[in-house]
Amino acid sequence: MHLAAPQPSQRRRRPAPSRALWLLITAFAALLVTALPASAAAEPACSPDPETACLIGTMRTAAGDPAVGVQLEVVGPDGSETVTTGDDGRWVLAVHTAGEYTVNLDVETLPAGETLRDPTVTSRTLTIELNSQAGALFALGEPTSSGDATAEPSSASPSDTSTDSDPTTETPSTSPGTNRVAQQFANGLVFGLLLALASVGLSLVYGTTGLSSFSHGEQVTLGAILAYVGVQLVGLPLWAAALAAIAIGGATGWLQNLGIWAPLRRRRVGLTQQMIVTIGLSMALQYLFQFFFGGGRLRIVTTSSSPVRIGPVVMSVQTLISAGIAIVVLAGVAMFLMYTRTGRATRAVSDNPALAAASGIGVESVIRTVWVGATALAALGGVLTGLYFQATTWNMGGTILLLMFAAVTLGGLGTAFGALAGSMVIGIVSEMASLVMPSDMRFAGALLILILVLLIRPQGILGRRDRIG
Amino acid sequence: MDWTRILTNVAGELFAPATAAYALAAIGLNVHFGMTGLINMGQAGFMLMGAYGFAIATMNGWPVWAAVLAGLIAAAIFAIILGIPTLQLRGDYLAIVTIAAAEIARYTVRSSSLTWLTGGNAGISGNDFKGSFQNLCPLPEGSWALGPFQYSNCLSNSWWLRIVGWSLVAIAVVLVWRWMKSPWGRVLKGIREDEDAVRSLGKNVYSYKMQALVLGGLFGALGGMIYVLPSAVQADALGRTLTFNVWTILLLGGAATVFGPVLGSLIMWAVLMLIKSVLRDMPWDVITSTQAEAFSWVLVGVTLMVLVIFRPQGILGDPKEVAIDGR
Repeated sequence: MHLAAPQPSQRRRRPAPSRALWLLITAFAALLVTALPASAAAEPACSPDPETACLIGTMRTAAGDPAVGVQLEVVGPDGSETVTTGDDGRWVLAVHTAGEYTVNLDVETLPAGETLRDPTVTSRTLTIELNSQAGALFALGEPTSSGDATAEPSSASPSDTSTDSDPTTETPSTSPGTNRVAQQFANGLVFGLLLALASVGLSLVYGTTGLSSFSHGEQVTLGAILAYVGVQLVGLPLWAAALAAIAIGGATGWLQNLGIWAPLRRRRVGLTQQMIVTIGLSMALQYLFQFFFGGGRLRIVTTSSSPVRIGPVVMSVQTLISAGIAIVVLAGVAMFLMYTRTGRATRAVSDNPALAAASGIGVESVIRTVWVGATALAALGGVLTGLYFQATTWNMGGTILLLMFAAVTLGGLGTAFGALAGSMVIGIVSEMASLVMPSDMRFAGALLILILVLLIRPQGILGRRDRIG
Repeated sequence: MDWTRILTNVAGELFAPATAAYALAAIGLNVHFGMTGLINMGQAGFMLMGAYGFAIATMNGWPVWAAVLAGLIAAAIFAIILGIPTLQLRGDYLAIVTIAAAEIARYTVRSSSLTWLTGGNAGISGNDFKGSFQNLCPLPEGSWALGPFQYSNCLSNSWWLRIVGWSLVAIAVVLVWRWMKSPWGRVLKGIREDEDAVRSLGKNVYSYKMQALVLGGLFGALGGMIYVLPSAVQADALGRTLTFNVWTILLLGGAATVFGPVLGSLIMWAVLMLIKSVLRDMPWDVITSTQAEAFSWVLVGVTLMVLVIFRPQGILGDPKEVAIDGR
């Protein structure tokens, strides 16, 4: 999520594409080189030797994608030369004289919507010796007071063969305000709200059927990916794509209940057995997403939203709207559970299915409603989370699934309001944790809470003792 | 389509080190789940402890036996820490906590703040920790071919590693077979079937469960070491997918049986290799090898679902012995 002070190495970390993907990209780039020998993108590779030094750099957009076609003018002892970033955002210039070089960035050529994190610094000066390489780096992102361009570490691009790398070590669409604690707290509130959208459904499913659904994370991913398909592939406006994602998400819930969970309940398949079925389903869906959409990042919208300052906190307009939608929807769910007939029936089934059935409540139809509602909420949560992280990946839901479980357990398994409270706590903890621990470990902090809760108060904040067996 | 090559690949998979590693991890999970009824969804965490314990100790100059011991002790400590809060919980809570603990372990070792120790996201490259194991190799240098299977004698994905891996599997199978027949094993079985009944006989259920958790975890740690020795240690390769694969193997072969985990591992890897090879050899270029990989994992997920619903006892199991909902 979010680092208040720009720490270049972490801010710019993006999930490394698998080695196969890199191979593909390299092969594609090679193809381009052979096809378009005159293309400016095909900069000659540079390797330092006793007569050559390499000036290098990589431009990435605020979201971490390569910034293509940015022009930089390099002025040095031999005169000036202009380089353009390639498809991977890299630029390279081989020089044959040691000395001082100035790299000037042409701000006009930045991708649409991108700005320098520090708009006052458009040039870098570096001193280079032969047989070495030096990097000049310009950070893109929302303008901040403390941002600066830094020398890039000369290590190679990260490559790992991971199947599980995490999409959420990303910068959300906000930028740091002046007060780090307040900023992280606000980010935590927003993340908690988005998490609540997903975990309320998980909690309702658990409450009415007793099932811990591991495939709920994939319902979240499904929402985000459907929004990506709607906006980027079909060309719908965002709101229409989001509504379609929610509708299709809810439909998958209805189908799933009809095709899998209702028959399993009829066959009296045990709950733990059903839980392992959801684990299998989760794995199948996750890799199905990877099959169709690959392992890379999918950006739902490619423009970045403008930041707004509220007191000590900076948030993007998009994030504020997302938080607003989440609050309205969650309030709606609460009203539904408190004041409508079906809502009351849902709570009755959660309390005691046998008694609810005996008093004339159609338990199966309540469960059907819950499945549709839970998956629709998860889809909405997915769309908003995908926007918050600026991109989605095939395993986004899998990554936040355990945070959802932590939230649900913390609040008390099966109580919808507990899930809301738990989500807020987990959201705030996982954002504030990066103040005191390395930011790539903050989810570990949230999961530690899960274990501590089970140790101290297994029924959670709002749960009842009899649920823990 | 080159069927000779495909079938050779498939047959090679039957005695590959990874197959042995998965078999070991599944034997460990069998001690947890098959014998005792513990739903451990964090077996990858035990493998991770073994792999990192071994690799880090070796990098610090420890001899092989001490490094193996370090990995085993790391896994045992992980089991104890995990067991204290969770062994009194119901099945699905145990599942959530074990998977969360395995993820915490993974987040921790891949954290960039621990790069000096664990290599962070990039992990530990094979050359940094394989040396001492390869030096123990009694075989002559070079490589050796058995029919179409040619591997190095001692280096990386070697005959030496295959011999060690499958010997460990054999030892583990014999041990589990002895344990199942022993009074100790009968107590575990009793816990699986009815915890209260065992408690009424004056047995300390908690202590027995802890012993099972630690022992199964040790097999998992050994599996983790064999799993990383052909290539490198990488935290993300030791994640949830690994645990789910081990579960699929166990449920496929048959939980609570002696040979089930081994049979499951053989079948699963042979079939996956067959599917991947056939997909890659398809004359049309619709499916990339990444997609073939993803497709094979989709199949594993579906297999897990179908097995649990229709045949929870797997191939070798006895339906009365498999108590997924026993606890």
